[in-house]
Amino acid sequence: MSRDAVLSAVNLTRHYQIKGSPFSKPATVKALNEATFELYPGQTLAVVGESGCGKSTLARVLTMIEPPTSGKLTISGHEVSLKEGQRPPAALRREVQIIFQNPYGSLNPRKTVATMLEEPLKLNRKEMSAAERREAALEMIAKVGLRPEHADRYPHMFSGGQRQRIAIARALMLNPKILVLDEPVSALDLSIQAQVLNLLADLQEEFGLAYVFISHDLSVVRRIADDVIVMYFGQPVETGPAEEVFTTPRHPYTQALFSATPVADPNRRRERVHLKGEPPSPLAPPPGCPFAPRCHLATEECTQLDPPLDPVNDRVAVACIHVDQAAAKYAVAG
Amino acid sequence: MALLDIEGLSVRFKTSSGLFAAVEGVDINVDRGEVWSIVGESGSGKSVSMLATMGLLPWTAQVTADKMAFDGQDLQQLSSRQRRRIVGGEMSMIFQEPMSSLNPCFTVGTQIDEMIKQHLGGSRKERHERALDLLAQVGIPDPARRIKAYPHQLSGGMSQRVMIAMAISCNPRLLIADEPTTALDVTIQAQILELLLRLQEDTGMALILITHDMGVVAETAKHVVVQYAGRQVEKQDVKSLFANPRHPYTEALLSALPERAGDRDRLPTIPGVVPGQHDRPSGCLFNPRCQYATEHCREVEPVPAADDPARTLCHYPLEDGISPSPAAAGAARDNPQSSPHREVRP
Repeated sequence: MSRDAVLSAVNLTRHYQIKGSPFSKPATVKALNEATFELYPGQTLAVVGESGCGKSTLARVLTMIEPPTSGKLTISGHEVSLKEGQRPPAALRREVQIIFQNPYGSLNPRKTVATMLEEPLKLNRKEMSAAERREAALEMIAKVGLRPEHADRYPHMFSGGQRQRIAIARALMLNPKILVLDEPVSALDLSIQAQVLNLLADLQEEFGLAYVFISHDLSVVRRIADDVIVMYFGQPVETGPAEEVFTTPRHPYTQALFSATPVADPNRRRERVHLKGEPPSPLAPPPGCPFAPRCHLATEECTQLDPPLDPVNDRVAVACIHVDQAAAKYAVAG
Repeated sequence: MALLDIEGLSVRFKTSSGLFAAVEGVDINVDRGEVWSIVGESGSGKSVSMLATMGLLPWTAQVTADKMAFDGQDLQQLSSRQRRRIVGGEMSMIFQEPMSSLNPCFTVGTQIDEMIKQHLGGSRKERHERALDLLAQVGIPDPARRIKAYPHQLSGGMSQRVMIAMAISCNPRLLIADEPTTALDVTIQAQILELLLRLQEDTGMALILITHDMGVVAETAKHVVVQYAGRQVEKQDVKSLFANPRHPYTEALLSALPERAGDRDRLPTIPGVVPGQHDRPSGCLFNPRCQYATEHCREVEPVPAADDPARTLCHYPLEDGISPSPAAAGAARDNPQSSPHREVRP
């Protein structure tokens, strides 16, 4: 582990037990399997994948809302060892904050903006006086591009983009080092999306924040990410620097995902890597590689062996036994 | 004669604070076999204008149009009984949320059967055969089993396929798809868009795709209508829209796309928000957010020039990415990154 990583995860895994009922057997849902990565200050790590691939479970584990079933999570040099139902130490909780997709649902409609921003200070900074808290809240309001008169308004008086700014302000009140952004711009209109992305970039520069950016929008990810984890069915299938993963995707799923994303250029007609069917049910995982049933390169071997994430060079790691074939095929088609 | 011929469509809603013009001055002419797209942000009136065309708006809506004809029939003159024969049959629509558009109490087969019974008739056996055919046509594996499934047993992509099967069950000549893939994952979205285009090609029906996603527009449509705050701001074919947007809003929207921003440090943005019911500005609705706006724009509402095929709703439509507005010179000086759509991605 590198010494200056602000967060490091080793084989982070989260399973859920589903109780049996008279009509079904108990089962285990492997929502997150063996995610390993490091996050550095001022960097953005993007997690991409489709619904149900474990992106949000990863967010919940990183923010210590839920403990991992196994694996090691280190935040600012402190190892987090949580038992089920245990609260993480306050000092660590302050380091990691989260912003959710839906700014309509994540703000309390009965509190004013200032009250919401002051609340984390009230709980964590007991030494601050009311006047100091108010001042800190107003300062943050200005930082996220809202006006001072907004402080005493309620969430319903704001537009979607402004509400997301409030959510960002609230997350930053305790000077966290890490911000987990769970689809922060997906619910916003295009013209507003650019404003919020720019704000996030400004704040990252100013505070040296590390972002875990969870998104399914690849054009956004390509723009802002330093590193990327592509996930499928709870497992990272490809990791590496964003630029390299985007220019030469190696896993067949990454290739299919990229080619399925519509490009806003009517003159561009690409060869699609077709994906048949839909992701498997987490209650009935297929044997071997979970992507095998939809993969155009799948062979007999794929249904027997679940491939581990193997490095292809010192930057990129891919979980596929046919990685050479996939990369070659994509290079020809691309 | 165009299949769908709409001119000057306006929709006003009665609200407690008076009439609210949700849609105003929308013109659209769709010919047989054409693929159109209506693009705009939330609140731009793109769904409302098509719901008005379908006659699906509640009684609080006042729909007026200079002309609203489907295949030569004036939709405004038809009795509701006559109109119902067209809607769902010759002109049908699919919606954004496939899960909530299907009735959870009935099987997929029953719901498709209802459409066929209503519009085409036939014996029970014939209708069943037709339903099986349709399910196969929209790419549902094992139709004989799926026809007995309830909506909750289907995934989002499968439900949308069922919706499409219902919509095309009576061989419509016009299919309106309202954000058909917004609720779906990208790989499923690609499948559904491909399916819609294949069906469009096979049957020769016209397709109107309502979307907010410029990528979807670029990859599917031939002609595009751009709407902003209930107004149609321009209408062009897709290639020239992306190469030479005429309205400053379209230009700004395109340059706000992360993939078109190039290597710039920050994305170009459109300041402010879409005006709501109570904060409509005077003059051009886009003027508070427009980098080229002048005093004239703030006072006088623009009308499209008679000789402009794009029907651009702007006092100073862009020519090859350059605004003839007197404010443009100032804007370019203040913001050297203006008209960024000219920079082509590598």
